[in-house]
Amino acid sequence: MKQRTLGMSTRKKWGTIVYHTFMILLSLIMIYPFVWSVLSSFKTSEQLYGSSSLNMWPQPATLDNYKRLFEVLPFDKFICNSIFLSIAIPLSMIAVASLAAYALTRLEFKGRNLLFLAFIATMMVPSHVTLIPNYKIVVDAGLANTYLALFLKCMFTSANAFNIFFFRQYFLSIPKDLEHAAIMDGCSRLGVFFKIVLPNAKPAIATTAILSFRSVWNEFLWPMIVINDYDKLTLTVGLKYLKEWEPNWAVLLAGSTISIIPIVIIFLVFQKHFMSSAMNSGFGGK
Amino acid sequence: MVKEKTKPTPQKRFLTLKRREACLGWLFVSPALIGFSIFTFGSILYSLYLSFTDYNLLSAPKWIGLENYIRAFTNDQYFYRYFGNTFYFVLLLVPLVLVISLGLALLINRKVGRINKAYRVALFLPSITSTVAVSMVWLWIFNPDMGLLNNFLTALGWNNPPMWLADPAWSKPALVIMRVWQMSGYYMIMFLAGLQTIPENLYEAAEVDGANSVQRFFKITLPMLSNTSFMVAILLVIEAFNMFESIFIMTEGGPLGSTSTIMYYIYEQAFRNYDMGYASALAWIFFALILVVTLVQYRFRNEQGGE
Repeated sequence: MKQRTLGMSTRKKWGTIVYHTFMILLSLIMIYPFVWSVLSSFKTSEQLYGSSSLNMWPQPATLDNYKRLFEVLPFDKFICNSIFLSIAIPLSMIAVASLAAYALTRLEFKGRNLLFLAFIATMMVPSHVTLIPNYKIVVDAGLANTYLALFLKCMFTSANAFNIFFFRQYFLSIPKDLEHAAIMDGCSRLGVFFKIVLPNAKPAIATTAILSFRSVWNEFLWPMIVINDYDKLTLTVGLKYLKEWEPNWAVLLAGSTISIIPIVIIFLVFQKHFMSSAMNSGFGGK
Repeated sequence: MVKEKTKPTPQKRFLTLKRREACLGWLFVSPALIGFSIFTFGSILYSLYLSFTDYNLLSAPKWIGLENYIRAFTNDQYFYRYFGNTFYFVLLLVPLVLVISLGLALLINRKVGRINKAYRVALFLPSITSTVAVSMVWLWIFNPDMGLLNNFLTALGWNNPPMWLADPAWSKPALVIMRVWQMSGYYMIMFLAGLQTIPENLYEAAEVDGANSVQRFFKITLPMLSNTSFMVAILLVIEAFNMFESIFIMTEGGPLGSTSTIMYYIYEQAFRNYDMGYASALAWIFFALILVVTLVQYRFRNEQGGE
């Protein structure tokens, strides 16, 4: 009897060891490309081209690649632009989406359900369908090469339809009594929305903010065709031009590293929210 | 008399209140509605119109009826080939990511303390970074002579490792490897959310009844996950069909068109050849295809008895 429990526990112990070895190996495979890219960006091009990539430590370490990077293209501006846009655009998306979702949930009007269906149906449409007309609209309106074009596209296409859908789901779960009490006290609908509904919808705001942040940060095709000024580019699009202009791979890896690092830091800080937004996104689009 | 006069007032007030609410409703929804009317609803209709025209952005669109569609189906040597490439990616990526992300979710769902959280972060990490940035890194990883992967394979004793992105036979698998690496963590988290909704006592009851772990997986876990799996499959199919950025950065459709998908072809026609009418027609054919595939998935699910 005693021997048997001992056997079981050693078996369990071995199971745990195998499990952790496997998981550590797996985790290493997943993060290795990042680690390798960071380390390689400090290698001299002689080392990068000359010796095996398996030797991951830069010998000697150099900052030349980063110096060259900022000479070729204004990467400092790209970083600021990316940060500004991926905060400002999600905020404006949320403003539009939450207000619309509130009306579609709580205010009675004719055609409400049809309207809601029309919004969520747009999530099925591939982005390439609206790409060409939207490009023409933006050019005709004189908005080419402006940030407004980037805002409008994010606020009024399928990504924000998902946010409307998501907010509506969430608002449905907020008890009506809260709002009624406030209305009885003489609060206006807009007041109810700002003072009661939005503060109660913080988790929904966090989720949509993170999903939108991610999509704006990573957005590629639309800013690439709309923005022409190098000074206005984002990191993601800037990388594409770097690849066209710079033959030295050590510099390209420095560029990749610089565009990966900020979002990794933001992810590590808000990882709980990132995970839960991915969990929540399960009942919707994107 | 006085009584009669005051009586209708509350009702009238009630009506105006209702009206007021409707007005407010439209008001609140109007920013979204106006914007969507231009950039989505209007845009979709305009795109449909363009698909029946010859349009190069500079001169006005010229109506040519079904010619673009006829050209696509009967007179374009690339059309079927690029559709084939698109399906190759979908048919390989969807099952692979589905199985791997479910497997990862099952592994990570074991409660083994704080280290578990670190695994979760590591596995999720690739999915948050931009496809463009990681494509640059993977471009170097796949480099035939100096890349990480082939250095590693040669060290293991494989003297003639594949040329990956430089070889039409290996370029598609290379892209699939990169995408599986990038996407699995995200869907893992979605499966994990599903797993955590399964009540523990189901497993306990099954264990009492003598079910082994394989039986428990097929009799409890999989059926209880059917909602999640369905959602993951829908999202994954759409994402796989929409593969674009990795191709743009890593191969530009090459070598020899072996990785060009319909998405990439639409982009090329529109913004390299400025054949906007034809690109619109391609986009609508693609749209119809995605719609059909998604409807088939729903149909399939209904036959399986899901809600």
